[in-house]
Amino acid sequence: MDTNILCGTLVRLVALEPPAVAEAINRWDRDSEFRRLLDSEPANQYSVKKLIDLITKEQEQELRSEYTFGIQTLDGDRLIGFTDLEGDIFPHGEAFVGIGIGERNFWGKGYGTDAMKVILRFAFDELNLRRVALDTFEYNPRAIHSYEKAGFVHEGRAREYLYREGRRWDLIFMGILREEWLTKDTG
Amino acid sequence: MNNDLLHGELVRLAAENPEVMAGHFSRWNQDAGWVRFLDTEPSRLLSEKKWKEWLEKDLEKGPSDQIFFAIRTLEDDTLIGFIGLFDLFMQHGDAFVAIALGERKYWGKGYGADAMRVMLGYAFSELNLRRVSLIVFEYNPRAIRSYEKVGFVHEGRIREVLQRDGKRWDFLYMGILREEWLAKESMTS
Amino acid sequence: MSIDTQLFEGKLIRLSPIDHEKDPAVESRWTHDLSLQRALSRRVAMPLSIAQVKKKYEAIEKEVEESHRLFHFTIRGREDGRLIGFVRIEGIEWTHGVCSLKLAIGDPADRGKGYGSEALQLTLRFAFRELNLYRVSAVVTEDNPEAVTFFQKFNFVEEVRRRKAILRDGQTWDSIHLGLLRDEWQATQMIGGVDHEQ
Repeated sequence: MDTNILCGTLVRLVALEPPAVAEAINRWDRDSEFRRLLDSEPANQYSVKKLIDLITKEQEQELRSEYTFGIQTLDGDRLIGFTDLEGDIFPHGEAFVGIGIGERNFWGKGYGTDAMKVILRFAFDELNLRRVALDTFEYNPRAIHSYEKAGFVHEGRAREYLYREGRRWDLIFMGILREEWLTKDTG
Repeated sequence: MNNDLLHGELVRLAAENPEVMAGHFSRWNQDAGWVRFLDTEPSRLLSEKKWKEWLEKDLEKGPSDQIFFAIRTLEDDTLIGFIGLFDLFMQHGDAFVAIALGERKYWGKGYGADAMRVMLGYAFSELNLRRVSLIVFEYNPRAIRSYEKVGFVHEGRIREVLQRDGKRWDFLYMGILREEWLAKESMTS
Repeated sequence: MSIDTQLFEGKLIRLSPIDHEKDPAVESRWTHDLSLQRALSRRVAMPLSIAQVKKKYEAIEKEVEESHRLFHFTIRGREDGRLIGFVRIEGIEWTHGVCSLKLAIGDPADRGKGYGSEALQLTLRFAFRELNLYRVSAVVTEDNPEAVTFFQKFNFVEEVRRRKAILRDGQTWDSIHLGLLRDEWQATQMIGGVDHEQ
């Protein structure tokens, strides 16, 4: 019971300090590919000042209804991204998970996978959720593959949901039930 | 789908405007006997206006913090009390319940137990709680019996918390687990 | 359909704004039947006092005005202006041309009379021909098969099943997402060679 469940093997989940994370997001937002892989909202760039304002406001509203974390490397304490659990989580005990690694040179090296492991453990062992869901984009095969490895099961697609680069793409839904995560956890 | 989640056999649970509750609260709060069964605080005899302000602020709290209902009789819709869940911890599936019937003539007739059963149904079927707790004062045997009948189990006491009328009195903690409530429901249906 | 076609007028019902004086009492009564809320949302189903409904209406109109991602219409009887239900076009993402729909007929006695179908027809026409959206979603729960049938009547296709997403009365149910693309809606407007648009 005294393990820090927010610690993985490569990363740990941390609280977001508005000034630090605003500076990081301001940098990451210049990478429009990152934005387009992460979010259906149009790629945009906010000033650091505006970001601090937005993040602070968001944190005030969140309280017990959403859980947002920064992803920090264990080696070097570098803030490389963020992850969250949101949606109308209770009373049904289902949250949507989101994850974004803003630092490109940490892509494809297991950091995202490790962060996902940690947040799933938080979801199931601390929040006692029954399932975790996510939606991801047809044009993000790297993420889809990573979620499949994490144990998420395909649950369908909202057809032609996204419109980018002059064509339409599906929004892919995946979910992992507590029972499925428990059998995976023994790995 | 269960349409009657807020209806019992004698009462129904309802959401009421602050000014409606304020009128009843300020009247009930002048019955010091009622206050002493309900509250550790001495009755302050607040005005209706003050109650309305307090209720307006209190009722703004969302279902993540507390859930509050007025109790009305099915027979003629008389507002006889209130029941609420507080200290709600959704990730643990646990909450405290408090009930108070302000209208004395409805005491000892099963109205409280009926309201409690409706509330437990709501807590276990809609909020998906795993257990519901309550605190009752040692000098309130009528309430203790009513809770026992509904299915609450004694879980312990905090000794000599209250002092009233020159004596010291315990808090009694009681609780009901989801499995216990389900077993009781299947017995009575 | 032409520019002078009435977007908000049906034969039985019309789509209308909120009446802050009269509607709160009606909606407060509806909220005491938790099955209606359960059909619409996976948030905690709770009855609302008249005062709480009034606050909710204010928040809705504020969001409509400020976010530009929401349209909220009441459904009223064409003859008597009686509040029958409401319909929402929400979660609009303009760059993708998508949205989600919610529709409710508040009183069980008003269901099965064609009000919901007419309201949905008007709403879909509004979404596709006025908002120029490309697709519309609806999310319903497996324990509400009538809702699934209702949307499928309008050519909605089942697209996603969030397995066991809902826990109610001790039972789990899937959350079902349905979707309708503009072309698919267009096809329903020309069934049997008859143009169903007024």
